[in-house]
Amino acid sequence: MRYLPLSPSDRSAMLGVIGAATIDDLFVDVPHAARRDQPVDLPFHQGELEVERALSALAARNRTAGQGPFFCGAGAYRHHVPATVDHIIQRSEFLTSYTPYQPEIAQGTLQYLFEFQTQVAALTGMEVANASMYDGSTATAEAVMMAARVTRRGKAVLSGGLHPHYARTAETLAKVAGVQVQRLDAAIDGEAAVLDAIDDDTACVVVQTPNLFGTVTDVTAIAAAAQAKGALLIVVVTEVVSLGLLKGPGEMGADIVVAEGQSIGNALNFGGPYVGLFAAREIYVRQMPGRLCGETVDADGRRGFVLTLSTREQHIRRDKATSNICTNSGLCALAFTIHMSLLGEVGLRRLAAINHAKALDLRDGLMGVPGVEILTERFFNEFAIRVPTDAAALVETLAGQGILAGVPVSRLSPKGGMDDVLLLCATETTTSSDIAALVAALKGAF
Amino acid sequence: MSMNAVGRPTRPVPGLTLAGTIPATLGGGRGLLQDEGLIFEREGWDSSGVDLPEPSRDAADLGDMVRKAPMRLPGLSEPEAMRHYVRLSQKNHAIDLALYPLGSCTMKHNPRLNEKMARLPGFADVHPLQPQSTVQGALGLMDQLAHWLMTLTGMSAVAMSPKAGAHGELCGLLAIRAAHEARGDARKRVLVPTSAHGTNPATAAFVGYEVEEIAQTADGRVDIADLAAKLGPDVAAIMVTNPNTCGLFERDVIEIAELVHAAGAYFYCDGANFNAIVGRVRPGDLGVDAMHINLHKTFSTPHGGGGPGSGPVVLSAALAPFAPTPFVVKRGEVYELVEYREGEAAQAFGRLCAFHGQMGMYVRALSYMLSHGADGLKQVAEDAVLNANYIKARLSGVMSAAFEGPCMHEALFDDHWLEGTGITTLDFAKAMIDEGFHPMTMYFPLVVHGAMLIEPTETESKAELDRFCDVLLLLAQAAKAGDAERFKGAPFHAPLRRLDETLAARKPRLRWRPELSVGVAAE
Repeated sequence: MRYLPLSPSDRSAMLGVIGAATIDDLFVDVPHAARRDQPVDLPFHQGELEVERALSALAARNRTAGQGPFFCGAGAYRHHVPATVDHIIQRSEFLTSYTPYQPEIAQGTLQYLFEFQTQVAALTGMEVANASMYDGSTATAEAVMMAARVTRRGKAVLSGGLHPHYARTAETLAKVAGVQVQRLDAAIDGEAAVLDAIDDDTACVVVQTPNLFGTVTDVTAIAAAAQAKGALLIVVVTEVVSLGLLKGPGEMGADIVVAEGQSIGNALNFGGPYVGLFAAREIYVRQMPGRLCGETVDADGRRGFVLTLSTREQHIRRDKATSNICTNSGLCALAFTIHMSLLGEVGLRRLAAINHAKALDLRDGLMGVPGVEILTERFFNEFAIRVPTDAAALVETLAGQGILAGVPVSRLSPKGGMDDVLLLCATETTTSSDIAALVAALKGAF
Repeated sequence: MSMNAVGRPTRPVPGLTLAGTIPATLGGGRGLLQDEGLIFEREGWDSSGVDLPEPSRDAADLGDMVRKAPMRLPGLSEPEAMRHYVRLSQKNHAIDLALYPLGSCTMKHNPRLNEKMARLPGFADVHPLQPQSTVQGALGLMDQLAHWLMTLTGMSAVAMSPKAGAHGELCGLLAIRAAHEARGDARKRVLVPTSAHGTNPATAAFVGYEVEEIAQTADGRVDIADLAAKLGPDVAAIMVTNPNTCGLFERDVIEIAELVHAAGAYFYCDGANFNAIVGRVRPGDLGVDAMHINLHKTFSTPHGGGGPGSGPVVLSAALAPFAPTPFVVKRGEVYELVEYREGEAAQAFGRLCAFHGQMGMYVRALSYMLSHGADGLKQVAEDAVLNANYIKARLSGVMSAAFEGPCMHEALFDDHWLEGTGITTLDFAKAMIDEGFHPMTMYFPLVVHGAMLIEPTETESKAELDRFCDVLLLLAQAAKAGDAERFKGAPFHAPLRRLDETLAARKPRLRWRPELSVGVAAE
């Protein structure tokens, strides 16, 4: 077996050193009833060629985004990732290293985490950022929990524009932690409605911009009003490229910013692994979840980096920790950092502007389709339309024609009363012929 | 001195050995190790390493929402970026370089076939919300992986979406909570042995349970009498790692399960150490109700410097109805994702993340499983246990093993053997760095003084194990011979010497700021 270096003679020599007659002697503590002499009922080992064949056959049964016109967004975005990114993250020293608990031999990881934290803070306009969360949705749930700790209050208000899966993720965790969640009705452009739901027990309001329907909202007034009532403003961003064009949440007064970082450096991957970004005001740093990397010096006075403020974390504080998170998304954070380092501010701004322009082109094309109504007024790279039919059925029909025409809202909120609403996204990967193909297909669809 | 034809010396000058008096370099670099600053410390903030066309339209429609303030994000050309990150990479230890004996972490070889498979466009370039008819291969893969996990563990169901071990613990406890609530029997305590991973009590507290510790016996196992005394009608679950964090199999595990079940509680097993028993013992045969499986440990998806991981949770029949959405079911020949609380998900406790979990990790894990097969996986457990016992046998004469008898996949030592040397576990570990090895897990589990927990995994050859043991024995001899300097100042040969963690915590500097230049922290 190619992954196992021990030979039969190694094994018997080693048993001899141990003083055991057979391998079974080392499993003596396993109760007899649970010992298995025979392998479980699964296929036996296979060579690389056979495994590659089996998995390639499964892969071939999926339609890929690159195969034809593609307009899906709603929390996961198809962007071009420079080849350099995937090359570097596959270097052994990054790919096959552990969490940097021994900083003397983990400066590579620690320094990129420090760069990552700096980039995330700059991008969101916040003072501090952590070394990543699992994804944007779990970061949102953690932000709600953090707000409850900071304010010592027990209620969270979620906007109707928050991604429904993010809202359910936050609800699942908040419920058992005794934090009451109030979710507002879905609204294309209604992030500010959260203010009417604030009361004296409100720990935070959670808004998303651009929201599920693509609406871009200036949250400055929402921040001021929430904070005046003693609540924190949590801003969620699912499309992080938007920050290259839009005012940063920090600039608008956010207390905590959480984002899905997949768009920078990471592939669609059918939903994971992704990378959650988590940034906040510095005064709240000791209530933040997750790992933090900080600057220090070594015994010779040379600059170095270490994991720090660990007294917030589970391996030190156990049941008093701010979160149970341990493993995070290190390698996805590295991909983010490399891609962001390549883009720089100049490249990110241009990438964002291209995305926006493509989305305007898409909207203009759809405006020429009789029966289609554009619902989102001000958007970045995705928006909602109303179609004169069931959106999910329409998407299925168009998929049959080789076009992945977006995400029906009913897929995310099956009983939300928006069965005729479709979310579409365009990025730098979208071509004018993709748009023309969609427009033509829609004209023939109803 | 011999010369070649043009007079260039080709042999070192005898006598010029500078050990002990190595002069510092003048520019900061050290041979292959480059002195590499932060990307923020370069000139040229207006450059970019990505060529993009001019946008075809302006953003006037966004009005005052357009960002004006600078972000201060530097851009690097492609060669500069490549060099920067490759230079950083060379300051990391990695499993591809040498043994990485972190106990409880299972740092094993990461086959590159798995990387290749995860990058097939049919898996990597697929959107999570495409119509399900267009992702039957992806759903089929999830179903196949689920089948392998259930068969290997002997359990009834598996929740695939948790994104890491701790996320899996969260999943398991939420299922347990939902099961109790469904029968109107809300409970408030969770019992955790003192030797548990920190994530266990953290998770229990995170979801609102009170945590109570269970004592450990002198032979490193759960104290059944203490467990029995602490069980009661308000106990929701026990969280036990098996094999436990002392590297020992819980001999009385079936009795523990019976006691727990008799009290109406559930048995959560922390599966971090599944590598010791995979293919050889099924947790379902031990009375376990829920267990997370770290795909990034047992099933070799790379740890990536701290993630991403994946932590599917296998569930007993009693807990299966409460599994979170989404999950895959097969109807006839068609795979379907159940995404909402309806039908077979009517009792689902909720949702743990936006999409369907870590697809990229599923592909790698299945690639690994298909490669090993049922026979190979059984051999994995046997070789992992054999390697750990071999290390234990070779080192026990000099270092003090914490417990008698065979260990499972990791060998635990305490620091009694260092008594009187003035050298601590930390010093010893840092000296290992100079010898080219990553230290073992230190000071964990908490129940053993100065703990050193060594997990070699099955992917080490006998030659590498011998090299490792030889070095540790030499170090141990040096420690006992009073060569304290070698340890107290270690590491001397790593990219950096010991770092000042107190300074980092006292004056947190968590991002680069223009006003703080290099060296300010040294004040």
